[in-house]
Amino acid sequence: MAYTEEELKKELETQEYEYGFVTEIDADTFSKGLSEDVVRAISKRKEEPNWMTEWRLEAYRSWKKMKEPEWSNVKYIKPDFQEISYYSAPKSKDKYESLDEVDPELLKTFEKLGISVNEQKKLAGVAVDIVVDSVSVATTFRETLSKKGIIFCSISEAIREYPDLVKKYIGSVIPRKDNFYSALNSAVFSDGSFCYIPKGVRCPMELSTYFRINQAGTGQFERTLVIADEGSYVSYLEGCTAPSRDENQLHAAVVELIALDNAEIKYSTVQNWYPGNKNGKGGVYNFVTKRGICHTNSKISWTQVETGSAVTWKYPSCILKGDNSIGEFYSIAVTNNYQQADTGTKMIHIGKNTKSTIISKGISAGKSQNSYRGLVQVNPRAENARNFSQCDSLLMGNKCGAHTFPYIEVKNNTAMVEHEASTSKIGEDQIFYCNQRGIDTEKAIALIVNGFSKEVLNNLPMEFAVEAQKLLEISLEGSVG
Amino acid sequence: MLTIDNLHVSIEGKAILNGINLNVRAGEVHAIMGPNGSGKSTLSAAIAGNESYDVVKGDILFKGENIIELAPEERAHKGIFLSFQYPIEIPGITVTNFIKTSINSNLKARGESDMPANKMLKKIREKAALLEIDSKFLSRSLNEGFSGGEKKRNEIFQMAMLEPSLSILDETDSGLDIDALKIVANGVNKLKNKSNAIIVITHYQRLLDYIIPDYVHVLHEGKIVKSGGKELAHELEEKGYDWIK
Repeated sequence: MAYTEEELKKELETQEYEYGFVTEIDADTFSKGLSEDVVRAISKRKEEPNWMTEWRLEAYRSWKKMKEPEWSNVKYIKPDFQEISYYSAPKSKDKYESLDEVDPELLKTFEKLGISVNEQKKLAGVAVDIVVDSVSVATTFRETLSKKGIIFCSISEAIREYPDLVKKYIGSVIPRKDNFYSALNSAVFSDGSFCYIPKGVRCPMELSTYFRINQAGTGQFERTLVIADEGSYVSYLEGCTAPSRDENQLHAAVVELIALDNAEIKYSTVQNWYPGNKNGKGGVYNFVTKRGICHTNSKISWTQVETGSAVTWKYPSCILKGDNSIGEFYSIAVTNNYQQADTGTKMIHIGKNTKSTIISKGISAGKSQNSYRGLVQVNPRAENARNFSQCDSLLMGNKCGAHTFPYIEVKNNTAMVEHEASTSKIGEDQIFYCNQRGIDTEKAIALIVNGFSKEVLNNLPMEFAVEAQKLLEISLEGSVG
Repeated sequence: MLTIDNLHVSIEGKAILNGINLNVRAGEVHAIMGPNGSGKSTLSAAIAGNESYDVVKGDILFKGENIIELAPEERAHKGIFLSFQYPIEIPGITVTNFIKTSINSNLKARGESDMPANKMLKKIREKAALLEIDSKFLSRSLNEGFSGGEKKRNEIFQMAMLEPSLSILDETDSGLDIDALKIVANGVNKLKNKSNAIIVITHYQRLLDYIIPDYVHVLHEGKIVKSGGKELAHELEEKGYDWIK
């Protein structure tokens, strides 16, 4: 029998979040609430030096005076920050030398996610620093990396082992007071990844981190710092999945990238936090601050595939400080049901001959709202700055929305800024055409969406691109209208 | 192979086909001709199972099975192919990727595993050569920016790849110059054999000089008003459609 639109809708509604499960692991969780004492306790628990504790406290004091931003095109109930527990770590204290020592429950979780560490270990070329509930549990391939002088470890470890590097760069791209969530993160960040590539070194493998939120009611405050020293290159992958929860969970990460002269950083993200159910109940609030600074002749490229979260608020940006530096932003944002996404980028041209490219693909289905918000700023000294922006929206059905908010500020008349935008709908004629060739409707949608997103998918490292394509398929199953 | 029995089809309540009867056997080529608005494309859409068209009455039997209730992809799996009058664009999906997905979907529906990549590649090369298609063409986005001729050639390329039992060529000649027409017709003729059948839907007799029909049917106001051999096409060309009205 024919697959009607009604059936499609039904199937979409009954489709459960694929990674919705909870692992029973003994966890060490702080009681709820935030105060100077809690900040101190987090710092102490992590055995941090005094300067770090003070750094956090200063962030906390700034945060207390700040208000949550309201300018974005999203509606949600503001989190009660005293109802959140700010630290949760699997209880096992020691780092593991081998996987045999890892909690079997945790390993099962990885298997369900299809990222079993066993497999990952064999997959030469991918080193994984897995963050489950804030504490790094297993780190692989570190030896290979350390031979080249590459540091890839948890941020907690970096604070202890490489205090000079951390001290110099943390908060240098995103100051603590930058915004409400960066201040909060700076005060309470639990863990995250740290990466340093020495001068002239090309990182021989893709570095990747998988994040998950696991503990009920635990906010996640990841902190990532990537430093590419002069003439170095690194490709960093970040993938996220989270188990299903009824109450909203807050995720307020901060990612800072530093590309020194002639360096290149490629940062790719697949974000699949729990989006909430079909009625818009539950789901993760994803309020992330990501920013990179480019020194002379350097390049930072952000690629993101955002399919999850109930509310996303995220603008990976580039400060093109050095002459001839390049910033790129490639994004696919998918929203379905009641998801809301307000995402985009900021390209700040400061140096001469700086170039930026923005390719944004928004896909909206169900009753979701998808906004692109981007700023291209050309400062007075930025002679010959170039920007090209392309924002395409694909709509499914007639209950969703796509919005574009491009901001352009040009203060140098040698600048060349281009902006292209398009909006399209998946047509019944396209579906029928595929059907007639024996391709069912689900697969047809996947095909059309993949085609639409191609320019961005092509920028992802191979293994990530495959995962991302699957994710697009899962996120949009049965959402034609 | 195909038996259409008293088929009535309407679009949004408006009757388009008013009792079509047609019998197509394996190895035959049938031409359906008629003036604009006579229901030619509706007939092809109804056979392919386009859900925008309501079958009010009648049956369509394919290989002895009533397919009226089947979804378009299920009909495709059984071996029905429609060459579209206006092929649809799918940006970002290459011709190769599309045909690969199509072939593997059909294999899967028949409980078979995916075609191995080397076999697929070999077949693509062979069929592309048959239709004089350049390999660069295969890595372009499906129908995006294609000329009319390229679109039609691509339809017949897909037909060649899928090897359907029944092919319906809906106005395949429109938009083709004489050279392209010859290439397409030549391709179709090479694909023709004793176990498959072709329905050629056309306004003009031109294409029928190259794809010789066994039967010609004239459609007028949703009914087949006249049937005959290939000479009927010539008669129509000379006398025009007013003659049969």
